Amino acid sequence: MYAAIGAGLAVIGAGIGIGKIGGSAMEAIARQPEAYSKIQTAMIIAAALVEGVALFGVVVGLMGLSN
Amino acid sequence: MRDSLLKTYFFATALMLLSFTAFASDENTETEGGYDPVPVIMHHISDSHEWHLWGKGQESVGVPLPVILWTDNGLVSFMSSAFHHDDEGHHIVERKGQKFVKIHDKIYQLNSGSEHAIFDDNHHLENGSRSLDFSITKNVASMFVATLLLLFIFLKVASFYKNHGVAAPKGITGVVEPIIVYIRDEIALVNIGEKKYMKFMPYLLTVFFFILINNIMGLIPWIPGGANLTGNIAVTLVLAFFTLIIVNVNGNKEYWGHIFWMPGAPWPVKLLLMPIELVGVLTKPFALMIRLFANITAGHIVILSLLSLVFIFKSVAMSLVAVPFALFISVLEILVAFLQAYVFTMLTALFIGTAVAEHH
Repeated sequence: MYAAIGAGLAVIGAGIGIGKIGGSAMEAIARQPEAYSKIQTAMIIAAALVEGVALFGVVVGLMGLSN
Repeated sequence: MRDSLLKTYFFATALMLLSFTAFASDENTETEGGYDPVPVIMHHISDSHEWHLWGKGQESVGVPLPVILWTDNGLVSFMSSAFHHDDEGHHIVERKGQKFVKIHDKIYQLNSGSEHAIFDDNHHLENGSRSLDFSITKNVASMFVATLLLLFIFLKVASFYKNHGVAAPKGITGVVEPIIVYIRDEIALVNIGEKKYMKFMPYLLTVFFFILINNIMGLIPWIPGGANLTGNIAVTLVLAFFTLIIVNVNGNKEYWGHIFWMPGAPWPVKLLLMPIELVGVLTKPFALMIRLFANITAGHIVILSLLSLVFIFKSVAMSLVAVPFALFISVLEILVAFLQAYVFTMLTALFIGTAVAEHH
């Protein structure tokens, strides 16, 4: 049961992180619409890295689950 | 014209939704009156000695795969159908005077003199041990299929350029060329630099397309797809290990200087940074491994959980909710498949770039 709680907490971290990245990407695009594709690329990369960290937590949750 | 397009879309969607019924679980572990999705999901994402197609228990139909073990008596090999779908360690296969049982998809060799498997209170095997397992399991077979697919595609692409030179591509080359050019210009050239990027292009291209093809194949629910290869931590470990080797073998004096004796910092900071940087040499590929494994496995678990909802609620009406949702998540997972291949390749190129960077 605690594995599920731990995984949920990790997902909160991912949600906040990727939300902030998306939000600042939106603001940057609003300021300078012609840089849209560069900003989108950078946003995707940063989001993938943040998601990688959050999935560390999910992996540990999975390990707790299979016991 | 619009009417027939609408009809096409409707039937295409209906067919796609129907294909998800192929997921319908067949290993049903009954808890007290309920359906436990966890063992089913774990079974679907793990490796197996048989490529299961349909059915449950003794009536299950699957493609048996070779079991190859290195034991004290030498190489033992047999088809996994010798176990007759037994997963609890009851059926004993005897080869070269040694007895083998299969428990939860792992093959154990019974200690000599044992007649049958003896379990302790925790359902662990007492009188057996695992031998070196070189079997062609589901993941290995899927990797062979992916390799053949990759060879097929890229030999075609290479022969196109051999026959036509530098020309506008046609056919499969037209699909692959923009991706290769993107990897060369946006990933390799940007991160590694003009002088050395060509040396590493083969590895970067291989890693990208290997991960991409295996991710995509893992999302296809029917044979030869659906084997969750890149969601196997051993596979991602090997990929990350290759990156580790390539980065550190090609590290120049600048690279190692930055690790052991960071220039431009006061000497206490230099001393403090050295263990951190040394650990960093290992944690960067470790993160690569975990990122790919967790993203792909988590995606599969989400899709399987959504489809398990139908069985938990025991109603077909639930499928009207679960299947479109699972379809949406599957499309997201296709994006994740591309993204994870891209991120792995880009980070590898970044690490290689730091290893071969010239002093400016």
